[in-house]
Amino acid sequence: MPTLTEIAPVTLSNDEILRYSRHLIMPEVGMEGQLKIKAARVLCIGAGGLGSPLALYLGAAGVGTLGIVDFDVVDYTNLQRQIIHTTADVGRPKLDSAAEKIKAMNPFVNIKKFNTHLSSDNALEIFKEFDIICDGTDNFPTRYLVNDACVLTGKPNVYGSIFRFEGQASIFATKDGPCYRCLYPEPPPPGLVPSCAEGGVLGILPGLVGVIQATEAIKLILGSGDPLIGRLLLIDALAMKFRELKLRKNPDCPACGKNPTITKLIDYQEFCGIRGEEAEAEVTASEMQVEDLKKRLDRGDDLYILDVREPHEYQICHIGGHLIPLGDLPNRVNELDTSKEIVAHCRSGVRSAKAVNFLRQSGFKKVHNLAGGILAWADRVDPKMPKY
Amino acid sequence: MPKIHIPTPLRQYAGKQPAVDVSGATVGEALSGLVSQHPDLRRHLYNDDGKLRAFVNVYLNDEDVRYLQKDATSVKDGDNISIVPSIAGGAVSSR
Repeated sequence: MPTLTEIAPVTLSNDEILRYSRHLIMPEVGMEGQLKIKAARVLCIGAGGLGSPLALYLGAAGVGTLGIVDFDVVDYTNLQRQIIHTTADVGRPKLDSAAEKIKAMNPFVNIKKFNTHLSSDNALEIFKEFDIICDGTDNFPTRYLVNDACVLTGKPNVYGSIFRFEGQASIFATKDGPCYRCLYPEPPPPGLVPSCAEGGVLGILPGLVGVIQATEAIKLILGSGDPLIGRLLLIDALAMKFRELKLRKNPDCPACGKNPTITKLIDYQEFCGIRGEEAEAEVTASEMQVEDLKKRLDRGDDLYILDVREPHEYQICHIGGHLIPLGDLPNRVNELDTSKEIVAHCRSGVRSAKAVNFLRQSGFKKVHNLAGGILAWADRVDPKMPKY
Repeated sequence: MPKIHIPTPLRQYAGKQPAVDVSGATVGEALSGLVSQHPDLRRHLYNDDGKLRAFVNVYLNDEDVRYLQKDATSVKDGDNISIVPSIAGGAVSSR
């Protein structure tokens, strides 16, 4: 069982002994285990959905040094799941909000704040100061960056990821175990896997997965139990079923294999094809601003408003458009009149851009994308409209 | 019949089902059966050369088929084939 930290000459004060008594009276932890936890240095990347429960439980457990990396600001829509933040924190840096709550819960934790974008320029240096890295990030480029940096610095990567109501958890980048690239050598092309903003997420899900990550981190520190090394835990929250798949170290893995080709950090945005996709988006959009749409509708122009959102979104708010969800568009395109001028919209302009591209490729010449979607309409044309 | 578990991000292309029964003696046949029944799945699972995409893993029960006989891995009744794509949650990709 890998034990990562030597027992540094730390001690527990009487206050700490009382605080952690429920750990100390268990032979599986005891004084020895609690001292290991106090000596441990754990880095949490992200103080959002996964990071919230992760950091809170690691703090509660008495991890001696807790690093947090996050440059984002608390948004109102985060509060549905990012339980370390409160309504009063909206608009504040997540880092400050998170650090304050952990400090208030457990003043014995030494919190190191990294108000920065984790990148190829700083990851190796930041990781060097910690024993365990917990990945709570929300995008593919950072996942690969964290993995490669963990392999290069020899730190285990406690991985968790979520989508809607499904999650994954594992431990990557231990010496004999697989790394993230052993499982996924390449990222999906951008746009093929939706994000939480586009696909939604069950609020409790990152809670479930984040605490699993915290549990695994503590197990690594203590050297107890069976850690998720070489095991991918699949969580289906709706069915409340947990399945497990075997992960093997790929001997040909470019990061952790016998002959690694990745010897330094690369440009992960490029690796994930994001730059390429941005260029494509610029070429195709023919955009209309919400103010222009309002003007033209008021004037009585004959415009066909195509709403490509889902029925449950239409129930929240709409501008009277004809609802054809994006997924149904190929099958229902014959409902549209090529002679009409079409303005496509969705919530924020992402899906409708895809609809416009599709329609143009199908021969529709007069199609526009409503820039900013119904959110922009609610912002600038009709403030009484709810935003979601 | 073997069952294929469809991961959440791909369910919209498989008639919203979490699992599909397919026939086939091998993993390859089972997956072919799946994309014949649900053609929208094809581009998410396979690239233009007809190869399984690198960010999609296929498991027979709990073993990655890359370490078995890949497409030629034989399947029997009651086997579970899982498609496991990479997910990262969270942010809208920077566009």
